[in-house]
Amino acid sequence: MPDLLSNLGLGFAVALSLQNVMLCFLGCLVGTLIGVLPGVGPIATIAMLLPITFGLDPVGALIMLAGIYYGAQYGGSTTAILVNIPGEATSVVTTLDGHQMARQGRAGIALGTAAIASFFAGTVATLLIAALGAPLTRLALIFGPAEYFALMVMGLAFAVVLAHGSVLKAVAMILVGVLFACIGTDLETGEERMTFGFTFLTDGVDFSVLAMGLFGVAEILRNLDNTETREIARARIGRLLPGLADLRQATPATLRGTAIGALLGILPGNGAVLGPFAAYTVEKRIARDPSRFGRGAIEGVAGPESANNAGAQTAFIPLLTLGIPPNAVMALMVGAMTIHGIVPGPGVMTKSPELFWGMIASMWVGNLMLLVINLPLVGVWVRLLKVPYRLMFPAILMFCSIGIYSINSLPTDVMLIAAFGVFGYVLIKFGFEPAPLLLGFVLGKLMEEYLRRALTLSRGDAMVFLERPVSAVLFLVAFTILALALLPSLRKSRDEVFTEA
Amino acid sequence: MRTALAISLLSVLAAFGAAADTYPQRPITMVVPFAAGGPTDVIARIVAEPMSRVLGQQVVIENVTGAGGTTGITRASQASPDGYTIMMGHMGTHGAAPALFKGLKYDPAKSFDPIGLAAGTPIVIVAKKGMAAPDLKSFVEAVKAGGASINQAHAGVGSVSHSTGVLFDSLIGAKPTLVVYRGTGPALNDLMAGQVDFMTDQIVNVAPQISGGTIKAYAIATPERSPSLPDVPTTKEAGLPDYQVSAWNAVFAPKGLPADVRAKLVAALDTAIKDPNARKRILDLGGTVPKDAEAGPDALQKLVESEVARWTPVLRSAVEANP
Repeated sequence: MPDLLSNLGLGFAVALSLQNVMLCFLGCLVGTLIGVLPGVGPIATIAMLLPITFGLDPVGALIMLAGIYYGAQYGGSTTAILVNIPGEATSVVTTLDGHQMARQGRAGIALGTAAIASFFAGTVATLLIAALGAPLTRLALIFGPAEYFALMVMGLAFAVVLAHGSVLKAVAMILVGVLFACIGTDLETGEERMTFGFTFLTDGVDFSVLAMGLFGVAEILRNLDNTETREIARARIGRLLPGLADLRQATPATLRGTAIGALLGILPGNGAVLGPFAAYTVEKRIARDPSRFGRGAIEGVAGPESANNAGAQTAFIPLLTLGIPPNAVMALMVGAMTIHGIVPGPGVMTKSPELFWGMIASMWVGNLMLLVINLPLVGVWVRLLKVPYRLMFPAILMFCSIGIYSINSLPTDVMLIAAFGVFGYVLIKFGFEPAPLLLGFVLGKLMEEYLRRALTLSRGDAMVFLERPVSAVLFLVAFTILALALLPSLRKSRDEVFTEA
Repeated sequence: MRTALAISLLSVLAAFGAAADTYPQRPITMVVPFAAGGPTDVIARIVAEPMSRVLGQQVVIENVTGAGGTTGITRASQASPDGYTIMMGHMGTHGAAPALFKGLKYDPAKSFDPIGLAAGTPIVIVAKKGMAAPDLKSFVEAVKAGGASINQAHAGVGSVSHSTGVLFDSLIGAKPTLVVYRGTGPALNDLMAGQVDFMTDQIVNVAPQISGGTIKAYAIATPERSPSLPDVPTTKEAGLPDYQVSAWNAVFAPKGLPADVRAKLVAALDTAIKDPNARKRILDLGGTVPKDAEAGPDALQKLVESEVARWTPVLRSAVEANP
């Protein structure tokens, strides 16, 4: 314990130097602003801004990049709430209730709740990293391919059971999502699947392309053929910041979301994508009146947002202690570190403690900055909703196109969002919801990979999923949930996760 | 008529613009065919900085990813050969690709004007901590004897760990089970957890885990030991001298550069790889900088030809044997 305090002391001494505070502020501000642009998520942002950190010393550069990371992550939630476009897999769930709140004129409250929940989650996650970072890495190593597969199955079981309205439609959407995930080069053999000979499909469909088409473009099409609802949403702005009653309602959700997100974020195998989703499911499960969810429930913003931010933070644990980047953003951070002459890994903590602890302390400073930057900005964002839609939608379309092009520099990606937009519009018209599709897409890719890997390692013996205790427990949970849902007597109480208004 | 005049005037101007002394007049794009933050991207950024200083124009990195790096290289190879589009090719795109990608739209040895080698990152043979064999010789015996019960990880067909891994297997005559990962990170994670037995990969990716004692290194596939891993023997010392392999990165331009533009690029790269700061950064990563005999366009052309000849048979038979 005294160790922890002296380490944190060292960290704050580094992070609170004037230069580093400024860099942290700058990083968070730039990250927030760019993250708000639809399509430009943390990956594109960091890649674009990497060169400007070259002139800085490594600690300052990393503090700034980390700031950009949280900033962009947070900015993405703003877009999800205001215009219903999830920039990252982790903000898909925020669109469900966040955007509904915005439509009801409670955009300010949604944004404020997201900022406060994120700050709280960030603070807890920072302490968790500082105190338990090293021992927690062992958890990461317990999870092999079989366990990850079981985890993903559990995720899909949640989606099936809790889907809104017709279970059949939800299952269909999940399966379409899984099918989309199969497009591209087969990982094991290098053969192309469902690419129809098009080279731009050889690496599959990018998540942002799918999300921006199904949510962003489809939403615009829907708004254009139904101008009335849009005008009403525009007219009502309401209060800008959450009041005490709102916060009281959001607090338990924030606590649970933080715990769930922090735990899943530690897993290097993309476990973090399940965080916000699991948090949302839990909130809806235990709510007294689950029907409020999908119609602007504040817990539906607070839970997933805190899970999202806690996961974003604890994702640094495998990077800092094992030297393994758990996701694409962290891989980019590894690159940034190596460019600055620091090779992340088990040695960083002992070799350059001021960097290690400085970064951890700066995480908390960064979260504080985000709060400082975003609370005043809420008013600005909310006023954006006042912009007439005939000016708004071309701007959204333009930013989507620029954003998507900036990710891979592929013109075909821009055309694909148009195609997915039309597809999404058709889905909405027929009463299918895009959220399960997106979840199927994200999990499908991972599931296939883990399933095949687990079976390769077990030489084709499927019993491996039941012989390994962690995987067996996860499967048990998944099947229990499914069985409960299929019992007709319990069907009535089936909750609705993916309610899309 | 007036349009025709304007066009001819413009083309005269353009011709002047392209005249010898004026290149480069605007920023130069260096296409990196892999994601930002990977080993090739890091080397490209290290080299681009001193090159910009020599050329007096910014060398801007553009990451165009996909299909084992061939998407970016294909696109850059089709750019106009004016010196404003260059690219960072590597062992995969300019050595292994012809064997792995049937519809490849470029020929590594014919579609480019080579500029020069930028850096190499040596390959290290690494295994899980619990691997019993004390040295490379007994490790090789164990892998051979184990047959399909040994699990070898790699980061996807066409990746460096895949190519160098199957080269290792064919050299020692072993047939381990290949376990595929999407990228080096997850593969390394499972190696540390002992889910898989061994892999071969670039020193940049594995050095911290080796130094941290979470995985075991048997040998490094270069003629000399690496300063970043002084305790790891070379394959020559450890008894497998034929396993010499490094993931090299080199600068190419689309075929047909004007001679003077090419000379400027060659000179800029030469200055860049001799820049003490850039050298130090590359060496710190565990990379190698080209020796005099390896630098320059002619040596690179020879390297590309020999690499294509070396990888094609190994990879063809590996892909056929393990469909």
